[in-house]
Amino acid sequence: MTLAPTRTGISLAVPSPNDITAPALAGGRETMVLNMGPHHPSTHGVLRLVVELDGETVVRVAPDIGFLHTGIEKTMEHKTYQQAVVLTDRTDYLAPLSNNLSYVLAVEKLLGCEIPPRATTARVLLTELQRIASHLVWMSSHALDLAAMSVFLYGFREREQILDIFELVSGARMMTSYFRVGGLAYDLPSEFPGAVQGFLDIIPAAIDEYEALLTRNPVWLERTQGIGAITTEDAIAYGLTGPGLRATGIAWDLRRDMPYCGYETYDFDIPVAQHGDIYDRYLVRMAEMRESAKIVAQALRRLQELGPGPHVTSDRKVAPPPKSEITHSMEALIHHFKLWTEGFKPPRGDAYVAIESPRGELGTYIVSDGSPKPYRVHLRAPSFANLQALPHMAEGHLMADLVALIASMDPILGEVDR
Amino acid sequence: MDHPAFVEHLHAAFPGQILGSNEFRGDLSVTVARDAIVDVARHLRDTPEFAFVALTNLCAVDYLGRDPRFEVVYHLVSYANRRRICLKVGLPEHEAVVPSLTGLWHGANWHEREAFDMFGIHFSGHPNLERILMPEDWQGHPLRKDVPLGEEEVAFTFNEERIYARKPFARE
Repeated sequence: MTLAPTRTGISLAVPSPNDITAPALAGGRETMVLNMGPHHPSTHGVLRLVVELDGETVVRVAPDIGFLHTGIEKTMEHKTYQQAVVLTDRTDYLAPLSNNLSYVLAVEKLLGCEIPPRATTARVLLTELQRIASHLVWMSSHALDLAAMSVFLYGFREREQILDIFELVSGARMMTSYFRVGGLAYDLPSEFPGAVQGFLDIIPAAIDEYEALLTRNPVWLERTQGIGAITTEDAIAYGLTGPGLRATGIAWDLRRDMPYCGYETYDFDIPVAQHGDIYDRYLVRMAEMRESAKIVAQALRRLQELGPGPHVTSDRKVAPPPKSEITHSMEALIHHFKLWTEGFKPPRGDAYVAIESPRGELGTYIVSDGSPKPYRVHLRAPSFANLQALPHMAEGHLMADLVALIASMDPILGEVDR
Repeated sequence: MDHPAFVEHLHAAFPGQILGSNEFRGDLSVTVARDAIVDVARHLRDTPEFAFVALTNLCAVDYLGRDPRFEVVYHLVSYANRRRICLKVGLPEHEAVVPSLTGLWHGANWHEREAFDMFGIHFSGHPNLERILMPEDWQGHPLRKDVPLGEEEVAFTFNEERIYARKPFARE
């Protein structure tokens, strides 16, 4: 199926667009340079690819990014810690709650503050729902790129139900900003357990339905098996994380290996596959959805056992006191005033916190200079690192396989460009 | 190996090259001399006991008014030991050059290009150190602390001629 590439120049590990266009403009080459994107439906946003082709075979690919660069890291330096939560939603716009979580955990690490169990359990539950929602969009658009239209419709049907739950808790379907430093923005509503249970009742059968459409579909197998494979060594060298890394056979998941939010107390498996190709990444993500549903069920049971309780930390230097206290406590009023006019001040220092987002290791590095605004925030976006491996995976495959390959990497350009 | 023993080991392996270490909230960070960063990273990657096989993150920080002004921060991870280590390299303002880690990890490529684009830090030995997020004709490095926020005026149809006249491409 795959043809050997015709090597006509020095192969760089991660070529830049100029590495391909400059020799082509100089002339004297047998290959053709094709521009793909940035506005192309299969590039999942605004990814531009400069592709060097020998006939229909990809010789080299150079991703060109930055079209969605909005300076989020710079803007964060000018917001208070609590205000900057809103900006994290806008990076990986298919998993805003995962971004919220990575950021608030990093600030909480700087502060060293305790989070009540109700908030932690709700965070686990909602980020696992977010993982399912994100994987559903990946699956739907991946199938659509390979001309399987009905999977798209089914996938978005279930995703809508998750977005309804997000709307129930936060008021917003997508840009939730629901996790705040110190806990949650508001307490969970009374309809919440019923809505989550309603989703848990339908999702196993729904995943069976998607798998019936794809897993043994001959067209799907032909387009995905043996395409875009990468070995574990190469995946690590390129900084690949998440389902892409686990599809090469290494069971590395931060939820189990460097647990946060008490993930070590939940019972779940880490799906792995062996070949590292598009089909294996598909299998890993489909199995991950089932595992996430297991975690959601456990977290829901735990929430019901915990019963009502505080949803934010009792540390008044971080989270405001309840309204009822403000009317008759001078100290509570001062805390409220200080938090709203200035914000809280973490001690000097720096912290790096990484969580397992739907796409891989989502890290937040924050430097605090002791002021109410972060001195520097760096978001280690999994899509940014994963996309570097694309040229390596695409070499020697057909142009049409490149479309399948981009979809299987699940890049979110908002996060790549920040 | 606990943190003090680990730092002790690095001091013994690289005499005079380990400039300091700091522990904050249980995380260890080690400041390394600029010229030793490749050797230290290779040592941590290839020694079976440490096995920091992956470079997960690389970013820069601008401490304007401090000497050294810039700091490049590396986060390595060991899958076997389930540990992280943070390495830091300080760079003076007028000589912001550090050896590239692309020879050890292909994945350092884009992170280093981003640090170059945003802070103007040069990575010697990098195969294609070009801008990655900002346009190619952009002047300056936006994440530096001496670049103000909101300097760029938004172009609409009523003011685009005036704004575009100031752009580098108008002078070509």
